[in-house]
Parts: sequence; structure tokens; C-alpha cells
Amino acid sequence: MSDIKELISGICPGATFTEGETLLVTVEEKDWYPLAKALKETKGLEFDVLSALIGMDWKESLGVMYYLTSTSRGWEMISVKVAVADRENPMIHSVSDLWKVALFQEREVYDFYGIKFINHPDMRRFFLRNDWVGYPLRKDYDTNPALNPLRMTDEENEDDTVSYVEQPDGKIKEVPGKVFEESDYVVNIGPQHPSTHGVMRFRASVDGETVKKVDVVSGYIHRGIEKLSENLTYPQILHFTDRMDYMSAHQNRHCLCMCIEKAMGLEIPRRAQVIRVMMDELMRISSHLLAFGCTAMDLGATTAFFYGFREREMILDIFERTCGARMSMNYNVIGGVIADLHPDFVKDVKHLIEIMPDRLKEYHKVFSGNIIAKNRLKKVGMLPKEDAINYDITGPSGRGSNWSCDCRKVHPYSIYPELDFEEVLLDGCDSYARYMVRMKEIEQSCRILAQLVDNIPEGDIRAQVPKVVKLPVGHWYQQVEASRGTFGVYIESDGGKNPYRVHFQSPCFNLVGVMDLTCRGNMIADLITIGAALDFVIPDIDR
Amino acid sequence: MDVKIKSMKHEDFKDNEYIDKLVEELNATGANVMVGKLDQLINWGISNSLWPLTFGTSCCAIEFMSLGAARYDMARFGFEVARNSPRQADYIMVQGTIVYRMAPVLRRLYEQLAEPKYVIACGGCAVSGGPFKNSYCVVKGVDEILPVDVYIPGCPPRPEAFFYGLMQLQRKIKVQKFFGGVNRKEKIEEFFAEHPEEKGRIG
Repeated sequence: MSDIKELISGICPGATFTEGETLLVTVEEKDWYPLAKALKETKGLEFDVLSALIGMDWKESLGVMYYLTSTSRGWEMISVKVAVADRENPMIHSVSDLWKVALFQEREVYDFYGIKFINHPDMRRFFLRNDWVGYPLRKDYDTNPALNPLRMTDEENEDDTVSYVEQPDGKIKEVPGKVFEESDYVVNIGPQHPSTHGVMRFRASVDGETVKKVDVVSGYIHRGIEKLSENLTYPQILHFTDRMDYMSAHQNRHCLCMCIEKAMGLEIPRRAQVIRVMMDELMRISSHLLAFGCTAMDLGATTAFFYGFREREMILDIFERTCGARMSMNYNVIGGVIADLHPDFVKDVKHLIEIMPDRLKEYHKVFSGNIIAKNRLKKVGMLPKEDAINYDITGPSGRGSNWSCDCRKVHPYSIYPELDFEEVLLDGCDSYARYMVRMKEIEQSCRILAQLVDNIPEGDIRAQVPKVVKLPVGHWYQQVEASRGTFGVYIESDGGKNPYRVHFQSPCFNLVGVMDLTCRGNMIADLITIGAALDFVIPDIDR
Repeated sequence: MDVKIKSMKHEDFKDNEYIDKLVEELNATGANVMVGKLDQLINWGISNSLWPLTFGTSCCAIEFMSLGAARYDMARFGFEVARNSPRQADYIMVQGTIVYRMAPVLRRLYEQLAEPKYVIACGGCAVSGGPFKNSYCVVKGVDEILPVDVYIPGCPPRPEAFFYGLMQLQRKIKVQKFFGGVNRKEKIEEFFAEHPEEKGRIG
């Protein structure tokens, strides 16, 4: 840790350091880009992953919190705070050329806070309509409905983009650009399309049948969860996590609860920890089964969909018995879980892990070995390991590119360090590898469940929690391994009972960021299978 | 007159007064025997082959997929042919939150449906905005932009609730007048006159 400080001070003498959960480096805007470049490229630092990019409004200034991870330093994490006082025309240098994941993340920040990123190639809004007035996550946002009424008129297609380019003399020049060339043939896919797994819209330019470029138009299910959370108390914001990535409901909620518990300094009873981990793994299996079914269905193999759902229903039954709902379980609460396990829980889980190996064999027989599936998935949607890291593609998609990024291993939390399981890694870098990682992860999840099912300790299911949950002044960041990758929660508190800022760093947001990269050069028909193999959930992207 | 549904008894439905009122309305104006019988035949046909337009934006859509899978199997009721084009569908099943960016798209999809067309609002978000009601860009219930026929509450509704709602729609269709009388088309026009395209936010 101390060598980081020395190295950073050497590069940027003005930087100040605050010790905390992670080392917080505060730098001025003019020093930020050189520091970012050095952090990424200096030997001994090599912060190659931009884990989170969080827009902030500190009232007297606007800014961004960056969370950087260095895989070569044992996944060490630091945070960097960059603030600008100008509220009229805030500008920060873009880091999208260093970490490609910032391409979309900076657009999100621009959409919410109006911060313009210098040298970003494509500074358009991301979630909101292009005729939206104001920046909703700013603290002084005007909520007057007359400014942004419910418009039933169609939006203009956004063909024009703008880029703020720094000139050699230091002046910023506004350079207009085009999303597509004049001669491009653009095909519109979505937002209402059965195979985009929700309401995602792609605009793809094609040359014959070959995709030249994919422009992602998101925001068709942007519900403003982060802004809503700022006006709610901590226990009230928990339920949003179940409704973002509804296929990782338990993991997401586990993450938010852990972040709040970490800030409160709460000890969680062992029984609750075990129950949480078991629920997480059950959720992972159910999610991967759905992914299997949907990938198969997108390729036209409807039968496989029925097979996947058959076992998924068994898991939903387990959830229903204990949590009281099939989906949106609302099971984790601050301090533990809301209800004790159903008496049949152990029996049901044992039955599930007993039948799963046979069922997996069946899936492979039905679908994985199929010649059509192989032709449509193998060597399609290539994502090399370097790109997976640069775009921060975690979860099964990242591990399909042979990147060891399992948060349960690299940032262990809860009782995962005690458990014996393998991180599934495949080096195919294609859609098929991503698909196979999921199938193998089902086996590993079953292995975790088998270790725990007979060892659920007796005891409390919940720690004592004050009636009004208040967090001390500060900020916290927590990550978990959700079904689709690393899910992060950032909370900044001003000491009150409402959070000052909540940010959800969703894995699917990064996944959709590589659609352009993975689809280029492939057939237009493969766009659907690439999307299916990446397996993004749209409400998780849009939040 | 009872409105008969093969799958569920009349007394098992919870809101029979509403259907009775519709039956009364239907009988009040009277109808020619020929037209009446033809009406019945057509309504029988429509109500047993309701093809949905898949319009899932969030969690409810996953429950709808469960409905299509083997355990709940909506094919038993004639709902299974989920269409992806509005031109081929009978009703639009709004599953999930509708946000400002989506609203014009949804309205257009509705306009593309062929007559007779129906709307089902599934889940808390489509019914009223649900947990996202206070958000800056969420439509507070799809009935602000479309004339809704059946509401299915829940977050998300259970598959059984989906079936209940769909059977309600079947009952409603069985007492509609396909020819003349209370024309659905006029009612829809009335709705759109009250909900013009550019409209301020309510509440």
C-alpha cells in the first residue's frame, strides 16, 4: 500500500491520500489523465481494470469516483476522486482510451450529471430521451413535470454525435460527428424484439450480411432506481436490487446488505451467512438454467428451453417455500435473512443436487453436442482476454475468455473462503465457451450446496439491528459475484437515514458494451446468438 | 345468462357482478337471432385462440416464460402462440415497467394490432408504476396511455394469477358485441381523445 502512495506522489505531487476501506486518492482534474495513464502503464502498479466509475454531486462540486483494480497486485483496489467546481459546464478528461469500459460508463455519467468528458469519441445521452431537459441525478435537478412531460411523440434517431476534443493549445473544441456513415445501411433491431432478452435496441450497419458496427440504444427500461434510493431509507431501498437483475436477485441483495452491514460494523450470525450463500448458489443455478434455455431457444431449439425450465421450477419451488415468492424474493435483510428455512429445505436441496448431474448430461446430449449449436456458437463473437479485461467483462463471459475474475475467489466475502469449489475457466473466447462455462458452473454450485446442506448451523437468522438504520459519514464499495459477473454497490452517506448516493455497478452494463466489438465482422444473424451467449438482463443495464 | 369458461366454474370467479353488468348491457339493446348467434360463434373463436404479443420489459416477462414452459403450459387455454409481430397478435400483454422512452413505442405497437384488440396490464409496474411510481421517468400505470381491459396485480404475478387474468379476458370477450351495438372501436377512440399525444404528467 505504501509503495502505491510513493509512486503516485512521484507522478502527481498534488495528490492527497485518505486511508479507508480502500486507499482514496484525491487529485485535481488537470492531473487526472496523466495519473490515470501512469496507474495503468507503470510497472509495479498496472491497474488494468476499471471496476467502477461513479458520477457524483457533492453540491459544491461535481465529479467522478473511480475504483481501479490491479490484477497483477492480487486484485488490490484503490479509489480516485476527481472533482470540478464548475457546475455550468463541468469537464473531466475521458479515460475511455485507457479502459474501454469507460466508453459507456462516461456516457451514463454525462446523462445523469451533465459532466462532459474531454476526448470521449461519442458524447451522447445514454438512458434518457435525447430531448430530456436537465440532469436528473444532480441534487438541484428540477423535478417540475412540465419540463419533462410524458411525451408520446417519437424520438428522432440520434445520428449526430459530438466530441469535445482538446487542442494542442489546451482549448476545448466541440467536434460534431456521425454515428454512421452516410453510405451505411443501418438495420434497426428492437426495442421490442423477442431475442434481445428485454427491451434493448441495437442499430447495426451491415455490409451484405456482415455487421460493420453496432450502436447500442439503451434506456427503454431506465427506471431511475439510483435517484429513487436517495429519498428512501436503507431498508426501503433493498427491494430495488431484486428487480434490477431479477435472475441474480439474491446475490444483488446480498451485496447491498453486506455494504450496509460493513458500514454499520454489524456481525452476521453464522446461520444467516450459510443460508445466504446457499440461496446465492441456488439463484445462480436457476439463472444459468434460464440462460441455457434462452440460448437454445434463440437458436430455434425450443425443446431445450422446456428442459431448462423443468429444473428451474424445482428451484423456484424451494424459494417459494422459504421466501414466499417465486421471483423477487426480498429475502435478505440488513443483519441476516427475513425468515427461517422451510422444514423441507434440506430435503429439497438434496433432491436437486442429486438429480442435477444426470440432467446436465441430458442437456449436453440434447443441445451442447448438436452440430447446429456448435456451428452457430463456436468461433463466433470472439472476445480475447485482453479485451475482456479492458472492457471489465466479468462472470461466465469473462471466464469464457480465460480471465480468472471470480469475485468469490479474488475478493472473498461471506463464507466463500471456507468452501471448496473451482473457478471454471475456458479459453475458447467465443460464444460456445461462455455457454459451457455456465453449464460447468452449475456443477460447481451444486458442489457448494452439497458442502453446506448438511452443515447448516443452528442459531439466529438475524443480528440485532436498530430500528432506524443510520450509517456514519463515509463511503463504501462492496462487490459480489452475481450470476452474470461482478456486481458492485457504492454507498455514500452523510450520516442521515437516507443514503446521499447509491450506485449499482451492474455486470450487464459492461456486457452490452462489448456488443459492438464482438459482433463486428460476424453475420447479422449471429448478433442474436452473441447476445444470448453474453446473456445480459436489460433492467440490470438500465436500472 | 352465465358466461361459461371451460377451465373454471362461474362461482369460482371473484368479480361476477362486473360480468353480470356487461351481460345486462349486452342484453339491453337486444339483437337479431342470426347476428346474435354469429356473434357468439365469433366470440367463442376469439376467446379460445387469444394470441399474445410478447411485450416483456422486466421481471413479469420471466414469469410469462414459465407460463409457456411445461409446468404451467398455457397451450391448454389457447394462449400459446406468442407472436412477435403486432400484426399477428390479438392482445398486448404489458409485462413490466413502462418508462417515458418506451411509451411512444408501446402506443405504436398498440396501434399496429389488428382489431379486435385488447390490453392486459401485468404486475404492479404496468398497473400503477409499482415501486417506481415516484421516479422521474416512469409512466404511472399503462392505462395513462392505453385502454386497459384486464389488470393483473402482483410483483410479479404468480402464473396462476396470469391464468386468472387471461380467463377474465376470455369472459369479457364472450360478452362483447362483435357486430354493431356497443362498439369497442368507439370506446378506444374516446380513450385516445381523452389522452392526446402531448400530455403533461398527472399527479
